Amino acid sequence: MTTAADPLIRLRGVTKTFGRGPSAFQALRGVDLDVAAGDFVAVMGPSGSGKSTMMNILGCLDVPTDGAFLFKGVHVERLTRDERALLRRRYLGFVFQGFNLLARTSALENVELPLLYRGEPPKRRRETALAALEQVGLVEWRDHTPAELSGGQQQRVAIARAIVTNPAVLLADEPTGNLDSARSVEIMELLQDFNRRGITILMVTHEPDMAAYARTRVHVHDGRIQSQGLAA
Amino acid sequence: MIGATFVLALREIRRHLLRSFLTILGIVIGVAAVVTMVTLGNGATEAVREQIAGLGANLLQIRPGQGFGRGGGGPPPRDFQLDDLDAIREQVDGVRVVAPLAQSSGIAVRNAANWTTTINGTTADYFIAQNWALTAGRPFTAAEEQAGRAVCVIGATVAGNLFRGEDPVGQRFRLRDVACEVIGTLASRGQGGFGADQDDVVLMPIKAVQRRFTGNRNVRAILVQVDPDYDKAGVTAAIQGLLRERRNITGAKQDDFNVFDTAQISETLSGTTRILTALLGAVAAVSLLVGGIGIMNIMLVSVTERTREIGIRLAIGAIGREVLLQFLVEAVVLACIGGVIGLLLALVATVALAPVLQVPFIFDPGINALAFGFSALIGVVFGYFPARRAAALNPIEALRHE
Ligand SMILES: Nc1ncnc2c1ncn2[C@@H]1O[C@H](COP(=O)(O)OP(=O)(O)OP(=O)(O)O)[C@@H](O)[C@H]1O
Ligand SMILES: [Mg+2]
Repeated sequence: MTTAADPLIRLRGVTKTFGRGPSAFQALRGVDLDVAAGDFVAVMGPSGSGKSTMMNILGCLDVPTDGAFLFKGVHVERLTRDERALLRRRYLGFVFQGFNLLARTSALENVELPLLYRGEPPKRRRETALAALEQVGLVEWRDHTPAELSGGQQQRVAIARAIVTNPAVLLADEPTGNLDSARSVEIMELLQDFNRRGITILMVTHEPDMAAYARTRVHVHDGRIQSQGLAA
Repeated sequence: MIGATFVLALREIRRHLLRSFLTILGIVIGVAAVVTMVTLGNGATEAVREQIAGLGANLLQIRPGQGFGRGGGGPPPRDFQLDDLDAIREQVDGVRVVAPLAQSSGIAVRNAANWTTTINGTTADYFIAQNWALTAGRPFTAAEEQAGRAVCVIGATVAGNLFRGEDPVGQRFRLRDVACEVIGTLASRGQGGFGADQDDVVLMPIKAVQRRFTGNRNVRAILVQVDPDYDKAGVTAAIQGLLRERRNITGAKQDDFNVFDTAQISETLSGTTRILTALLGAVAAVSLLVGGIGIMNIMLVSVTERTREIGIRLAIGAIGREVLLQFLVEAVVLACIGGVIGLLLALVATVALAPVLQVPFIFDPGINALAFGFSALIGVVFGYFPARRAAALNPIEALRHE
């Protein structure tokens, strides 16, 4: 049940506990978060504070131990594993710190992959993937495998793969963590560009320079949201 | 989705050609072994059956002694006499023809050519009993048989070695010290059941062989063609009774001769080769199973190796079932490719080996289809476990996997 007032993403009292008994560890200790459609959120915080844990839940890759996660008004924590996979396929795109492209697979085939799972016909798949590569400026590199691309180029292919399905949300966990500052700026400009075209972006970063590209900043500390506010 | 999965599987196989080849090696060898064994085995069975069927289905062979060999101690069993044949002819119902056989051997000489061969003494009935056609000339006449004249019908091997393409009929050659006239040539029969060349033979009237070569009046074997309207077992029993009487074997004393039914020998022999074929096929099938375990092994390694890839696919939105299908299709496609290569290998091997082993090449679609189906099944069975493991991976842990 979606009403106009509902945010795209809503976390309420989300906790996440790893392990059981005496060795159990609570990585999230009651997180409340609202993200409006079209926002560009930078998640910051010290190492081990629970940023990635929260992103995995927001990316429907993991479920909260307790609390509610509403995506477009749907309780994700109540969905099955396959239903969450279909939700990722339909609405989400991922960019990882380690790029995570398929090895020995051309840039074009990597970008085509999400379309393959959507069951698009080969011709449409190819056209859409080429258009996505065009948007990240890598059409000429379409036949190169990840091993033949620089880190910055690999991350741009990964962004093309994330946006090729025109997702509602793009999740990026330290997308510039493995890149030098010039390359990082290129990536941030791309993300900003896609955000302007209407894709909601959730990004984890350690660097204030990168967080400056976002509209909203969220600080996580010890498994809790410490502050949420507009970017400077 | 199946189509896309198929594309993915083929891409993956192409991307790792060497690994894919090593994966299917077991299946290739297994399928090739099964199909080769069974095809050659079937050929051998057929060869035995054909050879013995060529002897005539209603043929009884009577030989002195028990079993194939002489066996045991004591005096060697007595040979037969020509009047034994007359007795069988007159006193046993259901006998069509009866032919004697006296055997010797000697060197045949013509001009510069010479050839050592078997000399069989018999009558014109032999050709009927053996169902053996002449390619030229004629069999012995009754007068020639009665007089024991040195006329002969020669086998294809002898004809080839002595006459080298000339027409032998009407020509003469020397057999040991005896001058013989060729009156006919036999159709070629090739190798017999035990590898002997059936065409390496000179046939003469039995009286000529007895007088000039064996030096006695003995008959080594009697061939009887039974009228198909009569029961073979009954005729056999009647002959046994008659010969016991003529050879003074009374009461519980054992026969000192044996009546063989060639059809029965044929059945026994082809039964034996059939069992051998089944055994060899079973051994080969085990190797096919081992090949399947090889596939599972490599697929399991492959799942571990590709954990990160699986994580990426799951994050992008593949559901478990699709990852399972991908690995399963990959295993089945691999196994099927292995099956096809195995079948081709078997075809090459059987076509090459059949002439060497002197068995006919008989293409058996059944065993080919069975072996192929089995290899596909192996792909499903041994691919399922690794595929299920891949599908059950946790995407977050899989993505973090190094
Ligand atoms: N699968 C897991 N099992 C047990 N503990 C875990 C697991 N995943 C994360 N943790 C723990 O949860 C805490 C939060 O981890 P998380 O990865 O969310 O931190 P982070 O804020 O992303 O840190 P970084 O900035 O270093 O990436 C850490 O102490 C980590 O050790
Ligand atoms: Mg992290």
